Amino acid sequence: MKILIGAAALLFLASACKFNAAQNTTLPIYGNRTPVTNTVAGKTTTDTLYQTIPDFKTVNQYGDSISSKNLKGQIYVADFFFTTCPSICPVMAKNMLDVYNAYKNDKDVKIISYTIDPKHDSVNVLKKYADKLGVAGNTWWFLQGKKEEIYKLSESYLVRKPEEDAKQMFIHDGYFILIDKQKRIRGTYDGTVPDQVTHLIADIKTLKAESGQK
Amino acid sequence: MKIKVISVLCVLLAILIYSCQNEDDITFKRYYTTGSLVYQSHCQNCHGNDGLGLSALMPPLTDTAFLRKNKTSLACFIKYGLKDKILIVDKRSYDNDMPLTDLAPIEIAEVLTYVANSFGNNQGLITSQKVEADLAECK
Repeated sequence: MKILIGAAALLFLASACKFNAAQNTTLPIYGNRTPVTNTVAGKTTTDTLYQTIPDFKTVNQYGDSISSKNLKGQIYVADFFFTTCPSICPVMAKNMLDVYNAYKNDKDVKIISYTIDPKHDSVNVLKKYADKLGVAGNTWWFLQGKKEEIYKLSESYLVRKPEEDAKQMFIHDGYFILIDKQKRIRGTYDGTVPDQVTHLIADIKTLKAESGQK
Repeated sequence: MKIKVISVLCVLLAILIYSCQNEDDITFKRYYTTGSLVYQSHCQNCHGNDGLGLSALMPPLTDTAFLRKNKTSLACFIKYGLKDKILIVDKRSYDNDMPLTDLAPIEIAEVLTYVANSFGNNQGLITSQKVEADLAECK
């Protein structure tokens, strides 16, 4: 009898572990959801419409025009920064370099950093910054766009809208946002915390596996 | 009774001698510990918790020869920042601006003591008197 109970307990334990493992293979989908009801051929179906990143128009550090089209079918990580930022940006850049080094040879993964100081951060300034950081090729883009548009865009990434302040110049938060191939938000990570960035690197792998199935 | 008094006196004497010998040591430790906190709040974001800097953007603080060579200018760098200057650190050139700070001379001395004795550097105590003298000579 005792053995039976023991065996049952073990079985429960094992199944609990497996259950957890299965849960970990998909990432959550963040943002607002809207139910959409469609009537196709007399049948009514309800779908969930997830929040997605809207279209944007920017220029990268090479002077190329970059819009959402250039990110079609790609997983990417986004953040907001400016090159003369004395506070959290160097830490973010250091941690993002880890992401870059992990995926720089993977053409399915991109990193985009929007500048929130487009007046100072011209294409030339961004190129110099990328060079000094040791970033080459087309894996990591530094993007300059119209200030109001970028600030507006930051809201759809669910990050704090940047603000200007006399002393710090710009106030913003240091989140890295993981976007899937359908432009949905699948993860947010504090870019100033190395542990969270390690998580992000692992989550990109998970997300890649997920989109490989579909 | 006599033995007790003598032994207590001996212990007191020993403590006195010990504390005298270590006064410099204690000052150093006080500077170093406070300096590490100043470093964390004013320097670490750019120069890193390991003092290694960031690629070609932020210079490392591990170049002992550089620190020695610029010993009298370091306080000025911290107080007034660096603008349009090129520094050669560890055989690489760095031309980014460094922001100025509003640190007091004692805080500059503490953080310099911390940096000059961390990251592989071992240059001893840098006093606030020295920092004040150096600041008077800033170009």
